[in-house]
Amino acid sequence: MAFLEIEGLSKRYGGLDVLKSIDVDLEKGGFLVLVGPSGCGKSTLLNMIAGLDAVTSGAIRIDGKLVNDLHPSKRDIAMVFQSYALYPNMTVAENIGFALEMRGMPKAEREAAVAEAARMLQIEHLLKRRPGQLSGGQRQRVAMGRALVRNPRLFLFDEPLSNLDAKLRVDMRTEIKRLHHRTGATIVYVTHDQIEAMTLATKIAVLKDGVIQQVGTPSEIYNRPANLFVADFMGSPAMNLLEAEVAADGANAPRMTLRRNGAAPITLRVPETKVTPAMTPGAKIILGIRPEAITDEGSADRSAGTLDTVNVLVDVVEPAGADTLVVTNIAGKEVIARLRADAEARPGEMLQLVFNLDKAVYFDPETGIRLQ
Amino acid sequence: MAADLPAGARSPIAARIVIYGLLLIFAVFYLLPFFVMLVTSFKTLDEIQDGNMLALPKNPTIAPWLAAWGTTCVGLTCQGIKGFFANSILMVVPAVIISTMLGAVNGYVLTKWRFPGHRLVFGMMLFACFIPFQSVLIPMALVLGTLGLAGTTAGLVLVHVVYGIGFSTLFFRNYYDAFPTELVRAAQIDGASFFQIFRRILLPSSGPIIVVTVIFQFTNIWNDFLFGASFASGDAAPMTVALNNLVSSSTGVKEYNVHMAAAMFAALPTLIVYVVAGQYLVRGLMAGAVKG
Repeated sequence: MAFLEIEGLSKRYGGLDVLKSIDVDLEKGGFLVLVGPSGCGKSTLLNMIAGLDAVTSGAIRIDGKLVNDLHPSKRDIAMVFQSYALYPNMTVAENIGFALEMRGMPKAEREAAVAEAARMLQIEHLLKRRPGQLSGGQRQRVAMGRALVRNPRLFLFDEPLSNLDAKLRVDMRTEIKRLHHRTGATIVYVTHDQIEAMTLATKIAVLKDGVIQQVGTPSEIYNRPANLFVADFMGSPAMNLLEAEVAADGANAPRMTLRRNGAAPITLRVPETKVTPAMTPGAKIILGIRPEAITDEGSADRSAGTLDTVNVLVDVVEPAGADTLVVTNIAGKEVIARLRADAEARPGEMLQLVFNLDKAVYFDPETGIRLQ
Repeated sequence: MAADLPAGARSPIAARIVIYGLLLIFAVFYLLPFFVMLVTSFKTLDEIQDGNMLALPKNPTIAPWLAAWGTTCVGLTCQGIKGFFANSILMVVPAVIISTMLGAVNGYVLTKWRFPGHRLVFGMMLFACFIPFQSVLIPMALVLGTLGLAGTTAGLVLVHVVYGIGFSTLFFRNYYDAFPTELVRAAQIDGASFFQIFRRILLPSSGPIIVVTVIFQFTNIWNDFLFGASFASGDAAPMTVALNNLVSSSTGVKEYNVHMAAAMFAALPTLIVYVVAGQYLVRGLMAGAVKG
């Protein structure tokens, strides 16, 4: 049985369905990331797990026990808020120790616990300061210390890194991951940043409009997105999604064609293993292919089974240091390819790109669901 | 450049002169009555009758102050205003403390523990701020009579608390509305109770608004005449009513110096509150500004 179980959970504000029948669970020691665009209900879901928002219907169980109507302080959880929510009138030590004080822990024990948490987060030198005197990264650490010191059964993080600058965010991300490994804590983490989701999670739940789109490991979500929304949302740059048509004469070697404006259509092979019953000749499909699966001759994965070469007109070249992004136009849509850093590509010139079709996924254009 | 500089420098100075000149005129205009009160209270009656209001006292004496405090006749008793001053203190201190505390709790509930209909409740409290004093006199008298508090200082405290809650709630509600709700949620998860959150998280951050409310309530309640005159008569009357009785009594010689000294006594507490608390008010506002 999973440690955290959410079953048919719904939330209604007035006449508005914020969450619709959410089912997700998390094993002990797991790291669940709830990700989605703003307004998708991910923070509401977290607040419901915390007990800060009431449950309209459904069940939340922690360690087998129904907690729907349990007060937040009785759920044995700790939460790190987006704004950190440090008490401005208390010192760092008092902030970290507040929950222990409220639970009536004796002073000496409390101080030892605070010192231990501070040592773990390397904020011992800040204990006597007030939150107003700390930098963003330090406040973030204090907020985590406040959660850690309680040693709760479940940690909840509500977009904890979104107020930090880019560099600090990457550092703190690593820090959180390290903390997870070291403590073996069970964590539910909300973010709108798909990179955070990919790097931290053992399990990702993608939400949109209060509905779970897909639950899976980061690799499942990335490589086998359940629908067009997940495909588009996860990954940066986003997955290329191109309209294609299954070729009529593909009896022995399945193929698809992509129309182009003012150029001959492109024909790409469909690997045998990827063919689905829906791919009847003439059927419209959407080809999904990540930028890194479209690359230059030199960087192509030679072990791949199905590599097709296409000549395209380069539109924009974006050197990113580690690699170079090339934007071109196929089937009326922008297509981004990821080339090696020193690839020869100039805007306005023709370029040969290799499509690794082993990595391609296909979607139904009507429903948006992945064909399988 | 060299030619521009003096011209550029002169016009701000001219502007300064105009600004400070105007400020000085207004300051003198507003301070003049106070000045007359002050100098008159230190003059002898003979000197006042000579007629030069603005002149400084030739033989300064504190006799009028002593008389006003201890021996002058208010109505039929001749024990000065000290008893009435004490009445006012006994009225204003509990009334300010209670109305400020209730306002703070109301503001806390109306922003952080919202319940269905919280807007209506707040709207009705706000409405209380706009009801004219006169229109509640008779209902209030009935209530005080029923409670057996008519004509007592305790009754006045009740009246001022009831009337002050609207304002103090308004102040605290607007202040707490900007107070981050996440702090309250964090404290809830940390296991703090309703009053623990209020006392440990909100109150320590409420300095500026407490000062504002105290100044406002203190000034209003101390200076109130209508409720004092209506609900507390005789020995229970507050300072303002006693001052009126002293000044408007029509027998004997008008002791202007004593009247002025009594008026000074009546104005003193609010002055002190402004000077002392005003400092904290500015300090509180500055601290908030720096923290951002």
